[in-house]
Amino acid sequence: MRPARILADLKIVVRSYLRNPVALFFSLIFPIVLIALFGLIFSGAGNSPIPVQVLNLDHNSGTSQEFLSALNATNVVKIQFVDWNESKFAALLGQNDDPIGLVIPNGFAANYSARQPVAVTVYTDPEDAADSGAVLGAVQGVSNYFNLNASGGSEIVSIDQRYVGSQVFTYIDYLIPGLIGFSILTSPMFSMVDVAASYRKEGIFRQLSLTPLTRAEWLTSHFLWYMGITFVTAGIMIGSGVVLFGARVHVTLGLVPFLIAGPLFFVSLGMLAGSVAKTPESAALIGNIITFPMMFLSGTFFPVSDFPAGLQGFAHILPLYYVIDGMNQVMLFSNAARAALDFGVVLAGAIVVFVLAIRFFTWRGE
Amino acid sequence: MADAIEVRHLVKRYGNLAAVDDVSFTVRAGTVFSFLGPNGAGKTTTVEILEGLRRATSGEVRALGLDPWTEAAALHRRVGVIPQDFRFFEKITPREAIEYYGSLFGHRPHPDELLARVQLEDKAHSRFDTLSGGQKQKLGLALALTNDPEICFLDEPTTGLDPTARRAIWDVIRSLKSEGRSVFLTTHYLEEAELLADRVAIIHHGRIIAEGTPPEIIAAHGRPERLRFAAAPALADYLRPRLGLAVSAADGRVEVELGAPSDALRVLSAVAASGVPWASFATAQDTLEDVFVRLVGQMDDGTLKAEGTT
Ligand SMILES: Nc1ncnc2c1ncn2[C@@H]1O[C@H](COP(=O)(O)OP(=O)(O)O)[C@@H](O)[C@H]1O
Ligand SMILES: [Mg+2]
Repeated sequence: MRPARILADLKIVVRSYLRNPVALFFSLIFPIVLIALFGLIFSGAGNSPIPVQVLNLDHNSGTSQEFLSALNATNVVKIQFVDWNESKFAALLGQNDDPIGLVIPNGFAANYSARQPVAVTVYTDPEDAADSGAVLGAVQGVSNYFNLNASGGSEIVSIDQRYVGSQVFTYIDYLIPGLIGFSILTSPMFSMVDVAASYRKEGIFRQLSLTPLTRAEWLTSHFLWYMGITFVTAGIMIGSGVVLFGARVHVTLGLVPFLIAGPLFFVSLGMLAGSVAKTPESAALIGNIITFPMMFLSGTFFPVSDFPAGLQGFAHILPLYYVIDGMNQVMLFSNAARAALDFGVVLAGAIVVFVLAIRFFTWRGE
Repeated sequence: MADAIEVRHLVKRYGNLAAVDDVSFTVRAGTVFSFLGPNGAGKTTTVEILEGLRRATSGEVRALGLDPWTEAAALHRRVGVIPQDFRFFEKITPREAIEYYGSLFGHRPHPDELLARVQLEDKAHSRFDTLSGGQKQKLGLALALTNDPEICFLDEPTTGLDPTARRAIWDVIRSLKSEGRSVFLTTHYLEEAELLADRVAIIHHGRIIAEGTPPEIIAAHGRPERLRFAAAPALADYLRPRLGLAVSAADGRVEVELGAPSDALRVLSAVAASGVPWASFATAQDTLEDVFVRLVGQMDDGTLKAEGTT
């Protein structure tokens, strides 16, 4: 393996890709679309106002009433006054059907007119990130408006965010590693299967066979490209998950091994599938047969732990499961030992498939 | 001088079909050798076996002393290839393609010089999928030259090109020879073989039916030189019993085949003595094209067997 040849081939891959607007659009925009789509559908954000339980400890001062009616006027929230004990507020919220709450503290009006900092408390629901995010946004908007009126923008009213209940991880938190896994699987699988079959049909492999470029070098340059795509996609998904839905995931170096071994596995598998097939049509078929079960049953869109027992067992034979589970261990549970185990499985598999792909794919097939 | 290519009793079968059927020939280093044959003759099959892209069913093949199939990597560093119907990455420009090949071969050719050499400078920055057929073929030629090859294999490099592009490619092929490279050229254009090749092999149905320099092939397979008169068939009737030469009449023309150049004088005296009026006369000689058309036709009729395998 000569780095200079890998680099030269990588340049061709990158240029071909960047000059293909459709491919570019899909790899940059698609991750955001996926996050937004699944985040919205399954986090249950609707257009109707979100009920919010409000405890006003400022004795219904004029300023607090103004604040709440401004909040009501946003149409994002529907205020429901409650008269609960403050120390039990969180617990009572947890038993309520609509567990999002707001507490206006005692002295709110006095502090506000004296231009002293004061915090309202928003209790958000970890199981409903979308609604929680919407309510937080509305309260923040009204606070900003009040701050602007009183002091030209410096922060007087701030928000203190707390969580209701004990469940820490929400759907969106699981969705991020799942969808990163989804793109680690799909973007190399679909295009490598196609590349393998069409380059052979068009005679490009025979053309390359007449140069010193080796098959291992060729496959490596493609792996490097999809690894790069994976890093960018993961960045976009984490970024949009956090910004759009307030996802709370750990982004650590522990993620890196999966963003390397995952693409290595699926670039090689795509090449292998494309090589054993005789025609582009059968290549696409083989690719789909391999890809589709993994696409849905490896914890991509829903955590595997929510599956029925039989399906959970099936998930454990899917390579993508170990990629996604490993990223869950890193990003959610901070379980390094289990992540290392998952990584071992993925890496070993990737090496085996890489070697098989190089054995089976021939440049100069007649 | 050593032989660039040596082929002995080469056979390539696809099922029952012998695409190449016991073919033998030698290409001397530094010469242009042309495989001339109609579509389906077995040209591509032969050339791709020489390039190490296909495996021979039987027979012995050597290029630069190497076995093309088992020693392909070593061979590919020293030869340049333009396949029939050359294709490349669609979004890549000729300049990038040459730089790419340069990096792969570890040679550093000057892209601009190579592009100028194949007259493609003005398309240096156009993507491959926007090039015309002739421009694509020129890029193929430039790529085949990036590694300073000892043999160039050109499989029908000018098929389907306009006359200007064809001439440009011919110029490059001539320059390859003048630089001492060997060239293996397949074509179904007679003119091309006649103009460029030192030696020509006519191939049909996987067999070589004639081989040599164009004059040698004409001498071996052409009809003798002829005297042709514009005259009535009566002239033929007069000459036939008197000359002992083959005489034919058709379309207001009478042709006499000459056994030796000196026969011409005897024929002319006999014509003068005949008293039959004639308008003009000329000498007629077979071209490579006449030979080609006749040999291919005879082989299709089954009246011709392939030449011995030497
Ligand atoms: N891969 C193949 N499988 C089956 N038959 C083939 C294959 N390649 C070539 N042939 C047959 O071999 C014969 C010679 O083909 P080819 O060498 O391409 O001819 P040419 O290049 O002279 O036009 C043709 O009859 C063709 O159909
Ligand atoms: Mg051909």
